[in-house]
Amino acid sequence: MPINVLSAGIATTIQDLGRPGYYHLGIPMGGAMDRLALRTANLLVGNEEDAAGLESVFVGPELEFTEDATVAVCGAELPPKIDGEERPTWSAIAVRAGQVLSFDFLKSGARAYIAISGGINTPPMLGSRSTYAIGALGGIDGRAVQPGDTLPLGRPKAPVREGLSVPEALRRGPGNPAELRMLPGLYWHRITEAAQEGFFKDTWKVANEADRMGYRFQGGHKLEFVEREQPFGAGADPSNITDACYPYGSIQVPSGTEPIILHRDAVSGGGYFMIGTVISADMDLIGQLQPHTPTRFVKVDMNAALAARRDRAQTLEAIRTALA
Amino acid sequence: MTCRYTFGGDEHIFVEVDEAMSLEAFFVSLSMTNAVRDANIEGVTEICPANASFQIKFNPDIIHPDDLLARLQQLEATAESAEPVLETRIVEIPVYYQDPWTHETLMRFRERHQDPNATDIEYAAEINGFETVDKFIEAHAGAPWFVSMVGFVSGLPFLYQMVDRPRQIEVPKYLRPRTDTPRLTVGYGGCFSCIYSVRGAGGYQMFGITPMPIYDPEQEVSYLKDFMVFFKPGDIVKWKPINREEYDRAVEDVQAGTFAPRVRNVRFSLDDYNADIDGTNAKLMEVLYAD
Repeated sequence: MPINVLSAGIATTIQDLGRPGYYHLGIPMGGAMDRLALRTANLLVGNEEDAAGLESVFVGPELEFTEDATVAVCGAELPPKIDGEERPTWSAIAVRAGQVLSFDFLKSGARAYIAISGGINTPPMLGSRSTYAIGALGGIDGRAVQPGDTLPLGRPKAPVREGLSVPEALRRGPGNPAELRMLPGLYWHRITEAAQEGFFKDTWKVANEADRMGYRFQGGHKLEFVEREQPFGAGADPSNITDACYPYGSIQVPSGTEPIILHRDAVSGGGYFMIGTVISADMDLIGQLQPHTPTRFVKVDMNAALAARRDRAQTLEAIRTALA
Repeated sequence: MTCRYTFGGDEHIFVEVDEAMSLEAFFVSLSMTNAVRDANIEGVTEICPANASFQIKFNPDIIHPDDLLARLQQLEATAESAEPVLETRIVEIPVYYQDPWTHETLMRFRERHQDPNATDIEYAAEINGFETVDKFIEAHAGAPWFVSMVGFVSGLPFLYQMVDRPRQIEVPKYLRPRTDTPRLTVGYGGCFSCIYSVRGAGGYQMFGITPMPIYDPEQEVSYLKDFMVFFKPGDIVKWKPINREEYDRAVEDVQAGTFAPRVRNVRFSLDDYNADIDGTNAKLMEVLYAD
């Protein structure tokens, strides 16, 4: 039995954990920008961790339920309401047939993940229900959710466990200033030593262009390039390279001015040099940054990146244990 | 050519074969990515060849980044000794140059262009020393092209022309990217042609449009029923200039499900090519148009 979308919120899309395997054709993995938040929301409602839910940005949708269900909202602090009555985030909430789930104003973070028992059951494309709007893949007709849509649900796997909640210590949000750990590399050698140091010293701000494809930052010093004769095929600007692949999380700086971190719906390649890559452990955090958030980049080496990744895996394990 | 290896965070290894574009660099990229695929390394999740570089995505919980790096360096030796021969296909792509749709779009973004008083193709012809646009089209559609990368967005091919360096066309991208490009625009930036697989932002110069869809997520187009993306790296493309009538007819044929791209299998040897470029290209045309 479906859910009726009364209003859609902002940029609300159906997302699961994505469709790896097609990046070589320009089709990005997609999926929840904050993967841990989606996994956690799914665990709260008894779903598989990779079930499809909704990702909303700043403003949540209004959803009318046509059958009893369990929902959970994780990630951003976007307080859910059932028939107008506020309920907690990071918790399992029972909803009865006929009730409406809506949201209060955003308190912190940027993206809320709404999991519903049974999971959203739209047809998978290339192995995923994730919406990739640029390529018209997944979701409903390859686009964001709209008022009037109905969301089909799968069969719930577990009974409602109302009151089940994620311990406070396991809810991770960005600090202020936010810190993103970055492994220098790729075309790091293209900028001067002074520019390399300055990049980590500066406090940057999230720009308004911050979406599933990438996050742009402003306010730091322009990066100075090491002089060279541009190679054939690269283009005239010193920030140009012969068009190459872009890693997820890589930081490109067109003309040396505004860094852009590519995220889950990344363009798979292009002609801008990159100075390094945000480590996998901090990718989720980016999806929770609001525009204007002060942000610092922190230099790490591979050992630190792998240690952070292990920490992240332990957090997920602790959440699984807490909700088991 | 010695590859440069660098990590893209803890999940990617990025390998630059050469800073500059060349068919040699592209062949190393292609043969190394093929070798990685054949090696079936546990933990490797994505293998992405590009023009003169490539990228491997991996799960560091399964294989340590240093171990994967060492494996790739071993494979570099294997790839170097591989005969630069490719079993591939050659495809004819019809192009309606100077069409009304890209013309309308380029007029809307004139203030972002190097030469607001010329069209994109007039500008490209002039800075590459062609007397007329017709002569420029002759050069663009004359010698065939290698698909040297598929990406940016869904199924978009980058193409590199099979001519010697002095005959390579080079055109800068727009000064500032456009916010709109018609779907199936044939574009140009740096030394690469491309086909915009979907409508959207873009910075490449716009020369024309093809009636032939190359990406169809619904998989309704007759020749995209098996897979939604048409191109793969290593394909060879020959542009065929068409006029408005031929364009309209092709669009109708695509809609009716009767459009069949001209595709032939072909064997390409880089050594033969380097020994005689025009002769090799002529043989490719024979294969494409033998029947």
